[in-house]
Amino acid sequence: MTLVYPRESNSIHAPRPYPAYRSTVKRSPQKPLVIMRHTMSELTGPVYGQETVRDNDHDLTIQHDGEPLGERIIVHGYVKDEDGRGVANTLVEVWQANACGRYIHVVDQHPAPLDPNFTGAGRAKTDDKGYFRFITIKPGAYPWGNHHNAWRPAHIHFSVFGHSFVSRLVTQMYFPNDPLFAFDPIYNSIPDESVRRRMVSSFDLDNTKPDWALCYRFDIVLRGRDATPMESKR
Amino acid sequence: MTDTKPSGITPSQTVGPYFKYGLTPGADYRWNDAFGNNLVTPDAVGERIRIEGQVFDGDGVPISDSMLEIWQADGQGRFADQTKATLPNAAFRGFGRTGTDKSGAFAFDTVKPGQVADPDGKPQAPHILLAVYARGMTQQTYSRIYFESEASNAMDPVLALVPADRRDTLIAKKQGASYRFDVHLQGDKETVFFDL
Repeated sequence: MTLVYPRESNSIHAPRPYPAYRSTVKRSPQKPLVIMRHTMSELTGPVYGQETVRDNDHDLTIQHDGEPLGERIIVHGYVKDEDGRGVANTLVEVWQANACGRYIHVVDQHPAPLDPNFTGAGRAKTDDKGYFRFITIKPGAYPWGNHHNAWRPAHIHFSVFGHSFVSRLVTQMYFPNDPLFAFDPIYNSIPDESVRRRMVSSFDLDNTKPDWALCYRFDIVLRGRDATPMESKR
Repeated sequence: MTDTKPSGITPSQTVGPYFKYGLTPGADYRWNDAFGNNLVTPDAVGERIRIEGQVFDGDGVPISDSMLEIWQADGQGRFADQTKATLPNAAFRGFGRTGTDKSGAFAFDTVKPGQVADPDGKPQAPHILLAVYARGMTQQTYSRIYFESEASNAMDPVLALVPADRRDTLIAKKQGASYRFDVHLQGDKETVFFDL
């Protein structure tokens, strides 16, 4: 399958300098990016081995001696291309704060407890339909130093590969109806409200596991579409 | 499930300051690296090289919380193929990932890539694709690493698109046994980034 990756698809992203998110000011290019045609280098992408994802890497609740504290959840969905086709066998990596909003990262000094039974890292490979599934706990919101009383809405970081090096995506998955959305410059760095909502998972009652875990659905759409419109092939 | 055409791609969000334990844990966290900074496998075809550099912000301050990913062909210009799962030189995957350290420094051990054709069939000079991620970057930025003293640089169709006075930012310089390639996200020495 040969896909094309029109540059227009990228127009929905945040501006690189987005001053309300202060760290962007000194870390964004100021000179124009150079436009070029995609070559074989851009149109191909990483391959991973069988050993890249181990059997239980998708379950963040069983990596330690005991179970982590917090609200156990299932997070699942499909990785798709721009035409809606599932992206098979692609790597999905996640990392997140614990239920208290504390990351295990040494730099995180938020005075909330670490959980000895939670690292907060996981990975999965999509199946032949592009489906992935994680078991984890719902992360907490946490404060950060961007401005007075700044808090990040609860989120799970996602890193996804896709068919080529230019379909690579790092994003964050949010939870429905978070009251912090209105105040978060990272969430709001995406200009269009309907586009921002693509980062918000939906509560998925049907796939909740009774007496065990709630479920959230998160579909991810990566760059890549047919050179000719899908309709013409039917 | 996939019957409806999506309304558009999922937007990018910053990798943030805390990706290390998930994406580049090394020996510091109870998690394993899916990818490392050493791409060299015993059967990799090509000249072994080391690329070292630092990542800087617009004030010239080293960035200690950035991540770099590279993607490249082997010494004969062949890419690993997702559909075939393996190259003839089976283990060379052509992909590497590393985080920067306290001094903003990074290194990759790899092989010097061979030439790859552009869409018109014209050979491109040997190059490695680079993606840079960091706290404060709303999305990754793409660049290319070319090599000093490579005669084919003069004919490279992508370098030709870059203003002549900025081309140098894309050329790794031979320094002792390794190549030096610094990344400046902003400022007078700003690295050339591509809109892919």
